[in-house]
Amino acid sequence: MRYEAPSTIDQAVEILSQADGITRVLAGGTDVIVQMRSGMVEPDLVVDIKRIDAMHEITPEDGGFRVGAAVSGAQLGEHDGVKALWPGVVEATELIGSTQVQGRATMVGNLCNASPAADSVPALVTAGAIVSIVGPGGARREIPAYEVTTGPGKTSLEKGEIVESILLPARPARSGDAYLRFIPRTEMDIAVVGAGVALTLHPDGTCAEAKVALGAVAEVVLLVEPAASAIVGTRLEDEALDALAAAASAACRPIDDKRGTIEFRTKVAGVLARRAAVIAHDRARG
Amino acid sequence: MSQIHVSTTINGDPAEFLCEPDETLLDVLRDRLGLTGSKEGCGSGDCGACSVTVDDRLVCSCLMLGAEADGRDIGTIEGLAEGEHLHPLQRKFLDHAALQCGVCTPGFLVAAKALLDHNPDPSETEVRYWLAGNLCRCTGYDKIVRAVLDTAAEMKGA
Repeated sequence: MRYEAPSTIDQAVEILSQADGITRVLAGGTDVIVQMRSGMVEPDLVVDIKRIDAMHEITPEDGGFRVGAAVSGAQLGEHDGVKALWPGVVEATELIGSTQVQGRATMVGNLCNASPAADSVPALVTAGAIVSIVGPGGARREIPAYEVTTGPGKTSLEKGEIVESILLPARPARSGDAYLRFIPRTEMDIAVVGAGVALTLHPDGTCAEAKVALGAVAEVVLLVEPAASAIVGTRLEDEALDALAAAASAACRPIDDKRGTIEFRTKVAGVLARRAAVIAHDRARG
Repeated sequence: MSQIHVSTTINGDPAEFLCEPDETLLDVLRDRLGLTGSKEGCGSGDCGACSVTVDDRLVCSCLMLGAEADGRDIGTIEGLAEGEHLHPLQRKFLDHAALQCGVCTPGFLVAAKALLDHNPDPSETEVRYWLAGNLCRCTGYDKIVRAVLDTAAEMKGA
């Protein structure tokens, strides 16, 4: 295995695009190194992006924040501005692993590892996060967070492409977000189900816009439009929340595994989506 | 495989080593530098026995490559005591008998020190959540938590 730690993104992209064999981008390494050590993957080349200064930055942009690919969960959690803007995104990212894991793990890594149960992804999707990608020759493109993961462990990134940052956009007035997950204990586990909700209210208090995303109930994170439309135009009365929960459950196509059965995941997805909507609603009302 | 030359700082002292590109920092510390205080429990970031600080950030040294340590400031359990003078956390772990077999203890001490550096007056809940990534199969955690809280109280009074 070759280890490279370039100091610019252009160098990183060049090294990756010219490499043969299995390559991995190393940010926090809390997935990549575990996979290497367990023999799941034997990379020929690892490109460490932490020597690229800009990757560690959280910078204000158009009322939102651009978060570099090497920003750790701990660093994100200490940033009052991001926490105030998109608390659901920060809370979701902080759910990943222990204090030790938070010291290294990154939101971008969580996205690119492409686990269907990734905690930060439903929150990124509902926040409307935009992922900035750099490819060979310095070509840049931007895609919604929703379009990065294409299946378990699979992304839409092409050979030589690196995610440089994620833009958490400005939050419209009277908006809020929240993410909840179910695990069988209080800490240190992988989501059995995760649910993210972001919503915006009209000045009269009715819901103008909503997004509902579910994790760990399909091969990718699901953006459930029927669940969102169940609360748009309402004041999130019980009836509307029941409809949201039913729509969330109806969208699930989970697997049975040791963490939960199909039946359990399907039911809990509705319960969590409802609870997350209530929290997002409270936040939107201020 | 060609080895990588790494210059770093460990417990305040400059250190240099050669390592394989896929060698973890934990293996470098233990096998190349003789710093065997950091333990390998799980090797997958679940148990915290290999806890070290990197630029004052608590991490699992089993989930970091040795090569990544270049230019960083690494803190290990060997840096906790000053000569024969134990760190207050080490004294309180002894006072409270907060260990049995001792394999998890270096990780707990490094993690607890990082907590107190970051938050000198933690609540019991904050201690428990901060240390949730450190597993102990002997003590049931209560004595460890009490030792950390007692240390915080003593250090605050000092």
